[in-house]
Parts: sequence; structure tokens; C-alpha cells
Amino acid sequence: MRVVAETANGAVAEAMRQIEPHVVAAYPITPQTEVVEEFAGYVSDGRVRTRFVPVESEHSAMSICVGASAAGARVITATSSQGLAYMWEMLYIASGNRLPIVMALVNRALSAPINIHCDHSDSMGARDSGWIQIYCRDAQEVYDTFIQALPIAEHEDVRLPVMVCYDGFIVSHSLARIEMMTDERVRDFIGSYKAVYPLLDRDHPVIYGPLVLYDYYMEFKRQQAEAMNRALEVVFEIGKRFGKISGRSYGLVSSYRMEDADIALAALSSTARTAEVIADELRDQGIRAGVISPRLFRPFPAKALLQALGGIKVLGVLDRADSIGAGMAPLAADIGAALQSAGSNIRLYNRVYGLGGRDLTLSDLKSFFLSLERAGQGKEMPAHFGYLGVRED
Amino acid sequence: MLEIRWHGRGGQGVVTAAKILAAASLREKKYFQAFPEFGPERRGAPLQAFTRIDTIPIRIYSHVTMPDAVVVVDDTLIGHTPLTEGLSEESLLIVNYNRSPGELRSRLKMQTGRLFTVRATEISLANIGRPVTNTAMLGALLSVCPAVSCRAVEEEICYTLAGKIKPELLEANILSFKEAFREVKGE
Repeated sequence: MRVVAETANGAVAEAMRQIEPHVVAAYPITPQTEVVEEFAGYVSDGRVRTRFVPVESEHSAMSICVGASAAGARVITATSSQGLAYMWEMLYIASGNRLPIVMALVNRALSAPINIHCDHSDSMGARDSGWIQIYCRDAQEVYDTFIQALPIAEHEDVRLPVMVCYDGFIVSHSLARIEMMTDERVRDFIGSYKAVYPLLDRDHPVIYGPLVLYDYYMEFKRQQAEAMNRALEVVFEIGKRFGKISGRSYGLVSSYRMEDADIALAALSSTARTAEVIADELRDQGIRAGVISPRLFRPFPAKALLQALGGIKVLGVLDRADSIGAGMAPLAADIGAALQSAGSNIRLYNRVYGLGGRDLTLSDLKSFFLSLERAGQGKEMPAHFGYLGVRED
Repeated sequence: MLEIRWHGRGGQGVVTAAKILAAASLREKKYFQAFPEFGPERRGAPLQAFTRIDTIPIRIYSHVTMPDAVVVVDDTLIGHTPLTEGLSEESLLIVNYNRSPGELRSRLKMQTGRLFTVRATEISLANIGRPVTNTAMLGALLSVCPAVSCRAVEEEICYTLAGKIKPELLEANILSFKEAFREVKGE
């Protein structure tokens, strides 16, 4: 084990060097750039034997990933924002063909207006594309999760592409203390690649991407959905197995001080870490506050989430993307559906925050937390949906 | 937790200084964050960088709004950038400035906080031969705000800059760092 000072982007590039995939096809885009830049350096210095394909667009990047993966290669890519939007058509080709491609998705807002900073609009736009989505709270989780993503994607019960999402600039560009494993340990953990139905196996010819109409299309999709559901167990198992070799175990939902909580905040990625600090502050004032963060977002870990929520009365859900016009943002909508199906009477309040990198201040976070506390005591009736940290005048 | 804000211009090694300080704290088994002001970077344009250091894992990912120390690498920012923003009575402001702290306080109309100056440009010119003041300002900062030991920072300067600059310039940067550490002036 090595302890290093590294950014999350640098950690992903290093993990990619350790993994040494057969093919990487990627196009640089802020704030993902260093991942591609540093890994391209490893390729040109001969430190990996990976075939790096510099493409002219993200649509081509994902097309090459699809082709290489179907041919039988282990494939990695990375992108952000407009890059993911430009890949959109090919994302469905990757998941529909059950190709275990792994992507680092450095979250950034979508144009217009043009903005390079963090929000989750890019990955939320792809939440129904059939990719597994895992959100990381800090740089250590990024490094660890990226390594776990390969055995998850390649698991015979799953065979689906995985998106490892982390906050642009906030986590991608911040120097942090990261524990890294030896190359040998990483390679042991991910194992050698076993191609399934590779196109290049000419003795066993197969077809990828045939025309399938109303005769069988629905069966294809049903199988894909089943594979996605099986990923719940696989992600959990691999998170535990990773814990055995690293001392850092992972589940489906991360919880903080939830055991006896009355109120809680739910958020994805780095905001969940910041919220812990406010939960501690409220605990000091005698308010039983906790934080939950779905690490896995697709498939949605409804059961693990309900278990983590325990006996709370009020839940505030923070979304770093809006589903404009829906009246509830993506994370809250999924949590709301899970609560409804379970017949839960936990009250849910949803706030959209941090669009285009807008700072979520500690005081905004605290005042929202406190309004949940007053709602729990029946002293206040907050709006069920709204924006946090925005100019309203 | 200690929070530091760095002010300078693109190309002056401000982000590098913020990162050197953070990475040096790893040598003392501390936890840290170092990040630039998130935005398009242009040579010569004003920019900020931030360092957080603590003995326990850092969980705050919000902006630094109430810094414990502010380091100003380039004095041409005075009057153009809100250098004293968020300062409290205990905060430290360390400026590359060749006149007295008292004179600077009135120029900045600074109400609260402790002010220090250091002739970092002269020190850097004398040692390195170029007005690259980031390593000198690291020395000045550590002199009044011992976040990390000098030894750890010197080692980190060597580790970060080795291979990027000539060995004799590396030595010059260490001399610059040490001289600024001694020469910083308070009110």
C-alpha cells in the first residue's frame, strides 16, 4: 500500500495504468481532461500496452468502445457533460449489447448557458440508458470504486457497462490523501479478462446488433432489466470483497449516524460528506440528525435505502440536477417511489442545489436541516420541492 | 482545521504552492485538500487557490469563505482583488510587499486580522534570478503560521520541482524559502 497526495482524476489515471485495459478510446473534455492526458502519457511512455485511440468526438469514442468490447477486449473510457451527451446514442448500444465497458464520468453541468462546473445533469440524463451508476463521495472512493467497477461490469450475472461518477473540480481537481494498492493486488482483484461471445472468435460466430422487432425486443429488454437487478447483489459482494484486501468495505448505501436519527439528509457524491459535518453540529445541539448517500444509483438500492432510513420521521433530499417540469428531482423521485411502495410515512422534502457548480454553503445546508427538524415537530410546513441557494428576487 | 487562501496570477506557481503545502502535510500524516479556484485559467489573470489541513479526515467540500490565513503572492493585486474578504480578528494576511505592514494596512483599509509583509520579489530575484515568489511566500507563511514543519515543505518543494527545473534552481528556491521565512515582518 502507498499513501499519496493525488487528485481524483490522477487516481483514475493511475487505476487505469494498474488495470491496463486492452483498449481506451476517449476524447478530452473539462473537467475529465487529466484522466485522458495522464493515461495517454502512460501509453506513450510504454508503461502500459493498452491500445489508446484518440478520437475526434465522444460519439466515436463510445463507438470504438462498443466495437472493441464486442470484439473481446477489456475497455475503459472517460468523459464529462457535453461529451456524455454526445455519446448518448451509443450508450444504449453498449448496454443493449451487454458490453462491460467502464467509464469515469466527471460530473459537469450541461449547456446552455455554457458552464464547466459540477452538477449531475449529465449522468442523470443517462440514468435510464441501462448503465450501472455509482456515485463517489471523495477521491478515495473514486479510486476504490473504479477498480471495483471492472469485476462488477464483467460479472457473468451482470455483463453491463458501469459509470463511475464523481464531482467535477470539487473532487476531480482537489489534491487529497489517497491509499493506493500495489499493481499486483489490483490485478489479482480484477482478474484476467474473460471475453464472452467475442466477435473475433471465428470458430463460434455471433451477431451483435441484429434487427429485433415486436417478436423478441421485449424479451431482450426484460433480460437486460434482470441483469441490472442482479447487479444489486454483485455490487454488494464486490464491495465486501474489496474490503478484505484494502480494509475499506463498500455497500450499496452509505449511512452516517443513522442508527437513532429522527431526521436525515440524502445526497449523492461529495455533498453527502459536507452534510456529515452539519449532522455532527446538530447532534451537539441535541438534534438527532443523520446522512444517507446512495452509492449505487442504478440499479436503485431501494431495500438497502429503506433499511438505512430506519425509524426517521423526516427526510430532506438534495438533488444536484433538476428534472425540469417533473415537480421532483431524480434522487427524490426514486426515494419517494421506494417509500411509497413500502407504505412508509416518512415525509420527504426535496431541494435542487449546486447547479453549475453553485457552492452549497454550510449555512444553507444547516438552515435546510433545521427546517426539517421544525417540520418533524409540526412547527413548520416547508415546501415539498424548491431550489436551495438561489437568488429569488 | 486550517484553511488558507492564496492570491496570485496565472503562471506564478500559486496552485503549485497550495499543493506543495498540502502534500507536505502528508509527510506528517495529516489530511488535506488543495484546489485551484475553479475556472478557466489564463496566464497573468488573477486567480485563487486553497489549502485545507487537518489532523483528521476533511469532509467539507464547500468553498473556503472564512480563511485562517491569506497569502498574496503578487502585490499588483492590491486594490483590484478583495484580498481581505472573510478575514476575522485572528486571521493572518501575508503579502509580498516591499514597504511596511502599517502602510499596507491603510492602503487595504484593513479593519481586522493580523498583517505581515515580506520582500518576496527581491528575495526571489536575488536567489533565483526571476521574480517567481511562490516558494518564498511558502516560507513567509510557515514563519507566522506553522501548519507544517519547514523540513516537510522543503522536502516537498524538492519532490515537486525535481525534474521540472534545474538542480541549481531547486537549491535557489530552497534558499528563497528560507530567507523569506527569516525576513517576514509584522506590525
